[in-house]
Amino acid sequence: MKVAILQFPGSNCDWDAEHAVKEVLGIPARRVWHKDPLPSETEAVIVPGGFSFGDYLRCGAIARFSPITADLQRFAGQGGQVLGICNGFQILCEAGLLPGALIRNDCLEFRCVNQALKAEDSNDRFHSSKLGSNLLLPIAHGEGNYRVKESTLSDLEENNQILLRYQGNPNGSLNDIAGIRNREGNVYGMMPHPERAVEPYHPTLDGLPVLKAFLEPILSAPAVEPVSQ
Amino acid sequence: MTDNTTSLPPNPDPCLNVEITPELVSQHGLLPEEYEDILRILGRVPNLTELGIFSVMWSEHCAYKNTRKLLRLFPTEKKDKDAIGQVLVKAGEENAGVIDVGEGWGVAFKIESHNHPSAIEPFEGAATGVGGIVRDIFTMGARPVLLTNSLRFGDLDSPLVKRLFRGVVSGISHYGNCLGIPNMGGDVYFDSCYEGNPLVNALCAGILRHEDIQKGAATGVGNPVYYVGPGTGRDGLGGASFASRELTEESAEDRPAVQKGDPFMEKLLLEACLEMMAIPGLVVGIQDMGAAGLTCSTCETASRGESGIEIDLDLVPQRESGMNSYEIMLSESQERMLVIVKRGRERELEEVFEKWDLHAARIGEVKEGDRMVVRHKGVVVADLPAKSLTDEAPVYDQPVSEPAHVVQAREWKPESVPELGEGEVAGALESLLSHPTIASKRWVWRQYDHMVMSGCTVEPGSDAGVVHLSIAGIDKRLAIANDCNNRFCYLDPYRGAQIAFVECMRNLACSGAKALAVTDNLNFGNPNKPEAYFLLRECVKGLADACAHFDVPVVGGNVSLYNEHGDGAIDPTPVVSMVGLIEKAEMVTRSSIERGGLDLVLLGGLPHEMGGSYFLQTQYGKKEGLVPEVDLEAEARLQDLILSEIGGGRVESAHDLAEGGLLVALVEMLFGEAPFGARVTVDQLGPSGRLDGLLFGESQGRVVVAVEPNSTSALLDNASKAGVPAQTLGQSDDSGELLLQVEGKAVLSADVSSLQKLWEDAIPARMSSS
Repeated sequence: MKVAILQFPGSNCDWDAEHAVKEVLGIPARRVWHKDPLPSETEAVIVPGGFSFGDYLRCGAIARFSPITADLQRFAGQGGQVLGICNGFQILCEAGLLPGALIRNDCLEFRCVNQALKAEDSNDRFHSSKLGSNLLLPIAHGEGNYRVKESTLSDLEENNQILLRYQGNPNGSLNDIAGIRNREGNVYGMMPHPERAVEPYHPTLDGLPVLKAFLEPILSAPAVEPVSQ
Repeated sequence: MTDNTTSLPPNPDPCLNVEITPELVSQHGLLPEEYEDILRILGRVPNLTELGIFSVMWSEHCAYKNTRKLLRLFPTEKKDKDAIGQVLVKAGEENAGVIDVGEGWGVAFKIESHNHPSAIEPFEGAATGVGGIVRDIFTMGARPVLLTNSLRFGDLDSPLVKRLFRGVVSGISHYGNCLGIPNMGGDVYFDSCYEGNPLVNALCAGILRHEDIQKGAATGVGNPVYYVGPGTGRDGLGGASFASRELTEESAEDRPAVQKGDPFMEKLLLEACLEMMAIPGLVVGIQDMGAAGLTCSTCETASRGESGIEIDLDLVPQRESGMNSYEIMLSESQERMLVIVKRGRERELEEVFEKWDLHAARIGEVKEGDRMVVRHKGVVVADLPAKSLTDEAPVYDQPVSEPAHVVQAREWKPESVPELGEGEVAGALESLLSHPTIASKRWVWRQYDHMVMSGCTVEPGSDAGVVHLSIAGIDKRLAIANDCNNRFCYLDPYRGAQIAFVECMRNLACSGAKALAVTDNLNFGNPNKPEAYFLLRECVKGLADACAHFDVPVVGGNVSLYNEHGDGAIDPTPVVSMVGLIEKAEMVTRSSIERGGLDLVLLGGLPHEMGGSYFLQTQYGKKEGLVPEVDLEAEARLQDLILSEIGGGRVESAHDLAEGGLLVALVEMLFGEAPFGARVTVDQLGPSGRLDGLLFGESQGRVVVAVEPNSTSALLDNASKAGVPAQTLGQSDDSGELLLQVEGKAVLSADVSSLQKLWEDAIPARMSSS
């Protein structure tokens, strides 16, 4: 198994993420229950969307205490590749793997729309030349309003840690931020759902380059079978 | 009484000490003759707990006392045994009906109302409505794959209605989004008849293998009965709370009459139950605790299993202290299930629920005989023949009387309203597009996660919602449409119900889907009033006849009566929801056009009937008139043609004519991303001889299709062969302008994006003003 997709009680995009990685991109992946250890052969982790622990207290606040989150922190600390999508992004923020927090949308409502986004030139992998500068990806969240203290925000901007920005801000996020990475470039978080834009019947296929950018270190490894679509 | 009884312990359950008076019987909603039946069945006086059990099981909600005879009119299986969509589980047999969708797969689906709770507490009422219907589906062993709702509210300018609308939508959004089941929207109508009595009907569909269909039956003497899910509280006792006041010292003031939902619990329960049901041969029977909670699930499983059942309430997980047997048996606490498993395999169930951190309490077992026996604190608090509760409820035929307004509607003449002048077309169109019933419902469905599970293929807002069944690993698409125009049902209940059916089916056809089966939600007033019962009976007859004509059976549904408020009953609202199947990706068709340069072809002939139309409402404030004719044969020809033309690749978009008629349908087709426009020419006024009849009449069996010009002549030929009137109205373009000419005169020149803005802003603008 190469990609571990964490399953917390209340995760609900775990199947979607597995489908996109395994069936669409052809990379071995499986779901790992939050009480089980992170398998030793894990090469990348996706923390999927949903409502872990019902979003009670704060989004992601309880998942941070799940047994697997300690493994995840260790894995990330050793340079392992981690992507948090939606609730997964919230969990990564709560677990201290990414800075900032996601609070209630400024419209005070849940928003599920196809969202126009602009890809930033963050690093070699997340670069507009690879992703396309304008993307259309589904968003579906009630708490996607990204907040971070001013000094950290300047750091994020200065170090090119912004991955995606909203075009037409749907939730009040600072600097239109839709996704960020850590400074080291191995932990990624985003509110949009790339795994919902990978099939011909989806609104776009813009999720494919995003997932491929994240999985590039695995994709370029020699043992991997060619990507099938 | 002598003193020697004091050596016995005091009766531990106060429910056994209450004298059953005629007042108490009446407060339980039971008629004196119904109580006589209970005495006859038991051969003794029931105790309070038993009385409570009878009262809920013999309620309209559980027993369909006033509708059971009418419901027998619905066809429940397909006549054509070779067609796809054979009924695997029929209406009324289990928690939901199941139909075959080919290759060993089945679809379980059902609609259910939560009207009264939503009127009192819109957020929780609607949320628990979603929770209840989802449990009905996964109880069948199915993985839920889509949700929709049929919602009805009063006039959206009223602050109360805004509060209800906002609360209901956010309740549905909260619960469904957390579960991670895509909500494909549905239909929303606004009419003053629903003021104070909104309708909240929630539908869920799920997918399963034929061999995985579960039964709600308690069989196998000695098999253990499990209670799974969170603890039982006093919530949902509602109207019965008077009894608890008399019986306990604790205050009843804080007890909510409406249940409180916890979607996170439901998500855990859903996953745990599906995991448990995937273990071969473990589960014998399963039933959710919905209406009438523990009572309904125990006596129904025993009755279906031809068995007895015995449970001990001391073993039921409880989250409040001091509950008596009446309260535990009648509680409607949410997210609970009753499961009967094979004796000796208890650990397998317990391990699954331990994994998901849920209660799994063994509360009893399946017994020989036919009794439902309930113990509490060491004594028997109920001992009843299970079948008496499920099968022996009284069934009534109510007297009917045709309401005067129905007679008047038949005598209506279009001449009673002035003819619309050419200069008034634009204004009339704008009023229609701004009416919340016709306006865009994006404000609603952008709050629903319709894309989770990665299957959303046609998003809400088109004629039908479509989801790809990739989660089951199959290349099929499920389409869903809901419909019911209350105005037509009010004026002519028989035709109105048929219109709900044909329009629903037409919506599926326009989306490229073959209709398979129906679930219906009959929302009506008090059946004891002869006029209300007439409307109910005629709607059921109309719907049943349409189902039979098209060989589209009813596989389940729900009845909600007594929808009354200060000013009288709601309009009759038999909501029809239809599931269809799209086998091939190329068949998926949307209602809005995706490019200019397409021929716009009207199928079905020029519309002409204004009776009951929204035009009469927005222009003259009238709910009156002769309801448009329904020609089932013509409708069948039209829909067959649409499906074959879509299959032949000639139709790029299709939209049926509904509320607002031809002109509204045309402009809706142009509402897309790009600034589309069209030039449309109609060279005659048609059978009505008037502009308003042509442009705004709501004649049935009409569809506008957008066709690549090279294909138009073939399509017109096929239409002519099929006996479907067809005429080219004009062509779409990229001008952003709609130019309409009738009888050689320009009657409209409109900027499409301004019209779209009116249509899109109508609901948000009302919701942002108080």
